[in-house]
Amino acid sequence: ERNNLAGVQHVILVLSGKGGVGKSTISTELALSLHHSGKKVGILDVDLCGPSIPRMFSMQDNAVHQCDNGWVPVFVDQGKSISLMSIGFLLEKPDDAVVWRGPKKNALIKQFIADVAWGDLDFLIVDTPPGTSDEHISTVEALRPYKPLGAILVTTPQAVSVGDVRRELTFCKKLGLRVLGIVENMSSFVCPHCSECTNIFSKGGGEELAKHAGVPFLGSVPLDPQLSQSLEEGRDFIQEFPKSAAFPALAHIAQQILDGTSQQSS
Amino acid sequence: ECPGTSSAQAGRAAACQGCPNQRLCATGAGGPDPAEAAELRSRLRGVKHAVLVLSGKGGVGKSTFSACLAHGLAADEAKQVALLDVDICGPSIPKMMGLEGEQVHQSGSGWSPVYVEENLGVMSVGFLLSSPDDAVIWRGPKKNGLIKQFLRDVDWGEVDYLIVDTPPGTSDEHLALVQYLSAVHIDGAVIITTPQEVSLQDVRKEINFCRKVKLPIIGVVENMSGFVCPKCKNESQIFPPTTGGAEKMCQNLNVSFLGKVPLDPQIGRSCDKGLSLLSEAPDSLATLSYRNIIQRIQEYCDQHHFQEEKII
Repeated sequence: ERNNLAGVQHVILVLSGKGGVGKSTISTELALSLHHSGKKVGILDVDLCGPSIPRMFSMQDNAVHQCDNGWVPVFVDQGKSISLMSIGFLLEKPDDAVVWRGPKKNALIKQFIADVAWGDLDFLIVDTPPGTSDEHISTVEALRPYKPLGAILVTTPQAVSVGDVRRELTFCKKLGLRVLGIVENMSSFVCPHCSECTNIFSKGGGEELAKHAGVPFLGSVPLDPQLSQSLEEGRDFIQEFPKSAAFPALAHIAQQILDGTSQQSS
Repeated sequence: ECPGTSSAQAGRAAACQGCPNQRLCATGAGGPDPAEAAELRSRLRGVKHAVLVLSGKGGVGKSTFSACLAHGLAADEAKQVALLDVDICGPSIPKMMGLEGEQVHQSGSGWSPVYVEENLGVMSVGFLLSSPDDAVIWRGPKKNGLIKQFLRDVDWGEVDYLIVDTPPGTSDEHLALVQYLSAVHIDGAVIITTPQEVSLQDVRKEINFCRKVKLPIIGVVENMSGFVCPKCKNESQIFPPTTGGAEKMCQNLNVSFLGKVPLDPQIGRSCDKGLSLLSEAPDSLATLSYRNIIQRIQEYCDQHHFQEEKII
């Protein structure tokens, strides 16, 4: 039986109970950072209602092709070291809503996991929609045979986000998914004009949650208009803006993931 | 043209060909059966106006807006306001309304909403969870069942405005809502977005969803629209409107643009404290913007009512 994930070394899920905290952003920047460290990375976007990944790589006009082993992922670069799969590539009209109930979503997710010919990858990052429902249950169950490395949970500092991410931690525990750590996104904003730092979305919730839950805190990523702009334009933020506010934190997250996997193999 | 998910033609009309929901509609698994519909209609008979708060995108401020809208409308003590939170996986409303830890009570006439004020009642799955760590890990059908229960078994009483806060997306919960609420008259949907294209691309889908299920769109609110530094007063576009923001999208899609709300740390703070932004920061630009938008929604609902009465 065909096993399209046989060549994938490490599977990492990016989760959050909360919407809009930056799962796709973190998935994208983690992929770019790992790529710049010489790794081959794939991103599987299982957000069927709001697939953000294609645009973040400027690939939104691409289509997906079939090969003998299934679907060929969309390659971002000439060197074919970053590949993507998303329902965004399958939609004829991008503004059409995918109004599917659970069973149909589950079926497509199973296909995405089994039928994409990823080839050899160091990392497969799975970007998810917010919540703890059909997509998440199906994704974790379908990935179980491939023993994912674990999940990165993304939150913003304020209580309302942390509240949902606590539930996501329970989800991970219930489904036996290891938590690699918590990332706190949108941590603060440093005014580019006067350098005043404002905690627009409150402060400290991510680190406190990590402590409370006994999981690693992977770092705080500040708000960075240059990062938002890069994502809008599908640019490589890690390559183009190494001096920007969010860069150090994003690079640090990738480094911790790399350290974690090299520890594993030694 | 979609015949409507609870109509007799659901799944069978020519327009249904190619619709992802076709099979489900054709099997009648969609809408409430006539007995259920009658039950819902009876229960929700006292609801004068129903407004859904939607977005294709997560984290743009639906719950924040719903909470503000509820407080804003309830400021008129003569009005009875109800806030229903159908985000089953991520119920934010209890915290935002200062009702964390509250439980739901049963009475002879059904579940009682939890009251923030005498004229402002709230219902959320959050009230059914015993611990803040409890996760609701349900698949679609079970979520739909709870939404039906919320609409059928909560004793809302006479309500001037029922506000329904939703989770992001266009899936089970949204279909269920539209189908179950078809027994009642929905004034329309308020759609929330942030300025950047990453949000707008999801919001366009939501607008198309509304059109497909024939849900009127009251208008779009652009949240997190710019940030004015409290120290130097310069504005930064943290979430840049690279494709013209919500205003341009509304022009293109012929949808009403209700207004912009800036980023303001006071918003997050009030939400975390469970207090009304409108009371906590009455003079902030964010409050002013929300008040203007709320007024426009009120005007829309009043016009609607007037037109309905004229028809009768």
